[in-house]
Amino acid sequence: MTQQDYSLAELMTAAAAEAFRGNGEVLATGIGLLPRLAASLAMKTFTPELMMTDSQSWLLSEPNNVSGRAASDRQAQESWMGFSRIFDNVWSGKRHAMVGPTQVDAYGQTNISALGGEYTKPKIQMLGVRGFPGNSICHANSFFVPNHSRRVFVPGECDVVCSIGYNPQRLPRGYSLDDIDIRLVISNLCVMDWGGANHQLRVVSLHPGVSFDEVQDNTSFDLAQVDNLTTTPAPTAEQMAIMATLDPANSRAKQLKDNPVGDRRRLEESNNV
Amino acid sequence: MDKVRSAREAVSAITDGMTIGIGGWGPRRKPMALIRELLRSPVKDLTVVAYGGADVGLLCAAGKVKRVIFAFVSLDFIPLEPYFRKVRESGAIEVSEIDEGMMLLGLRAAAWGVPYIPTKIGLGTDVVRLNPQIKMVDSPYDDKEWLAMPALKLDVALIHVSRADQRGVCQIDSPDVYMDDWFARAAETTIVSCDELVDSAHFQQGDNARSVFWERNVTQMVVPIAGGAHPSSCDPLYGFDMVHFKEYAASASGDGIGAYLEKYVSAKDEQAYQSLVGGIDAIRALPLPVY
Repeated sequence: MTQQDYSLAELMTAAAAEAFRGNGEVLATGIGLLPRLAASLAMKTFTPELMMTDSQSWLLSEPNNVSGRAASDRQAQESWMGFSRIFDNVWSGKRHAMVGPTQVDAYGQTNISALGGEYTKPKIQMLGVRGFPGNSICHANSFFVPNHSRRVFVPGECDVVCSIGYNPQRLPRGYSLDDIDIRLVISNLCVMDWGGANHQLRVVSLHPGVSFDEVQDNTSFDLAQVDNLTTTPAPTAEQMAIMATLDPANSRAKQLKDNPVGDRRRLEESNNV
Repeated sequence: MDKVRSAREAVSAITDGMTIGIGGWGPRRKPMALIRELLRSPVKDLTVVAYGGADVGLLCAAGKVKRVIFAFVSLDFIPLEPYFRKVRESGAIEVSEIDEGMMLLGLRAAAWGVPYIPTKIGLGTDVVRLNPQIKMVDSPYDDKEWLAMPALKLDVALIHVSRADQRGVCQIDSPDVYMDDWFARAAETTIVSCDELVDSAHFQQGDNARSVFWERNVTQMVVPIAGGAHPSSCDPLYGFDMVHFKEYAASASGDGIGAYLEKYVSAKDEQAYQSLVGGIDAIRALPLPVY
């Protein structure tokens, strides 16, 4: 049997789609091309109940292509969903967002606001907290990290804590840590969840050819691992075909630097030939 | 009942130290012609409330702003607003950084005449630590703590719409109203620029009245400026001007705000500005973005 070649972006997208499995009728929001492709893939395969927007102002019954669209292309609109109505949905809790934070700490707190310096004069001003505070206390969130490193998975706390996590010191009165719902972390090295002791970040599967030690070396805090650590499954032929249909311009090939292969062992084999 | 004013007359209602809210979202349907008029005025020490784009970047860089109340400032395809970034990194302005939804609640509280709206948004994050003016409250109905999002009362709101009549009936054709209706309602004085000034009979036709999102008594002044959202978009009339935004962004790391203002804003009226960016026909031909 010949194994189909797949890119790391495609492996990560298929792994990220798993975050939406069994979610039911929630608004699936993927911020960035690969998370959006992942949510769309889940909607087209195992979670057809998902709801999705056109990233503007309409709820769609079929996801739009993530690339190659023209302004005149028709889309499968099913209801108006302007930004104020997005908040009505956010606050109901019926949403699962997959976002790409610049920093993630051991508590699952994240940062997209500012880096370094003093808050009144940051070294780097980024976007601002956006909707992260509300998202994190209202509904499920997953993280997509294309560059797993100590700069992303930071020691201590994030420079600016934009989202609530599993931090007992910051827990509001009347809340328990179980009220916080952080699902998966999909990085370029592995898939993780927050299912370790006391919600410790835990490696669930390693991408082909990656070791736990490599993941730990690139993380500033201690990681747990599941007992039966598996290899992240390759995308199926069906998933590959659907990704190609949803992304006809192959923009997924431009999301990770140099578009690495999904199974780095195959690269090593070919180098040894 | 004739609320039509020139941009200069309208903007003269804004004085030093006022709190102004700006409609639109990032690079979309911003009242940029009114912002340019504000840049030409001597006004300073403003507090600005916005889902920010180049409106916030320009006002901050030009030294008009004391404090920004924001959740983000972004041009979408240029994720980090170049001048806002520069001003923040120099420590030149004060900020109140809040969640996008908290801003909506603050505007609603102001519109509804209540001092605050209780919410769980912001709890457990640095939004609480960095905004000591935002207080927590107990609920009479449960034992949890709640964040009391204070009313964001605006002295003036600046908004750009597709169409308006001289009585202040405003129509938005764009697929999203954003939070413009709440900015309008939260303000003492709402100044609306419009791409088209129409007769009141326009609203009696078909479903036009369905895309009027606030009542005319909410709007105090109407400023007709075709293309007045440029370089932001006014969907479906025109998209945002990527070429102009790129030049604007490049100026932040190049000659700076002085050169940009000199070229496009200072000592120029809107007609002169528009001829520099290709004229109204070129603006109306800007393609709509595809997301």
